[in-house]
Amino acid sequence: MQNILQQIGIENYIYLSVILFCIGIFGVLYRRNAIIMFMSIEIMLNAVNLLFVAFSTFHQDAQGQVFVFFSMAVAAAEVAVGLAILVSIFRNLSSIDIDNLKNLKG
Amino acid sequence: MSLLTIFYILSAITIATAFLTIISKNPIHSAIYLVISFFSIAGHYLLFNAQFLALVHIIVYAGAIMVLFLFTIMLMNLNKEDEPHKKLATKLAAAVSFGLVCFVMLAVFIKAMPIIDTYKQTGQDFQSIKVLGKVLLNEYMVPFEFASVLLLVAMIGAVLLSKKEKSIQ
Repeated sequence: MQNILQQIGIENYIYLSVILFCIGIFGVLYRRNAIIMFMSIEIMLNAVNLLFVAFSTFHQDAQGQVFVFFSMAVAAAEVAVGLAILVSIFRNLSSIDIDNLKNLKG
Repeated sequence: MSLLTIFYILSAITIATAFLTIISKNPIHSAIYLVISFFSIAGHYLLFNAQFLALVHIIVYAGAIMVLFLFTIMLMNLNKEDEPHKKLATKLAAAVSFGLVCFVMLAVFIKAMPIIDTYKQTGQDFQSIKVLGKVLLNEYMVPFEFASVLLLVAMIGAVLLSKKEKSIQ
């Protein structure tokens, strides 16, 4: 298990992260359900975390993994607050379709 | 089975379930697919021998965040497939921008590949739970404490936001 990057190669992980990140972008643009958009944001965060861990192994340095730990804490906080906002939107509009949120449009 | 085969299987599961998360109509199905995607990413962390992150990833993402998602979906009673569709032009634009961003980023990284120097194995232990704990509590002590403050603030904010407002008489 020690020589994983010699067998797999860092480039495969870069390609995987790029594809995952683009799937996240696609989800944000494609859906109008706000919960699915949140899930797409989680996918994007995970893609970046995966690349952090890959390069942490590449450089044999623990700091990348510490950073991933902090980003997980921030993701947990973000999801808690975001879902609370979604619940209050749902109470007011009785839907979470983001196209209904155009009160500020004038 | 070689590591490369395991990597390809895990990557296929990750990408397919991430895509199904976005495509599937029912939000509950999306959440379930997202759980599978998170588990396969934890498998990637295990391939890197990053035990601490694999454990934390399963606990935080597959445990806490997904339960929160499922709970919210069931609270709003969204498990029906009545979502109105976007216009075809918007969908087409989303697909085109997905393809373009993917193409540009992959092209950039393929071009950049010869610059990255080769992987050197130093053989020292840098990612076991013991070493990570020492790094976390020595060099990153202050950010670690700030993370706890952040979680506390997020908890208070979530409670305040989802509290029912008093109706004006």
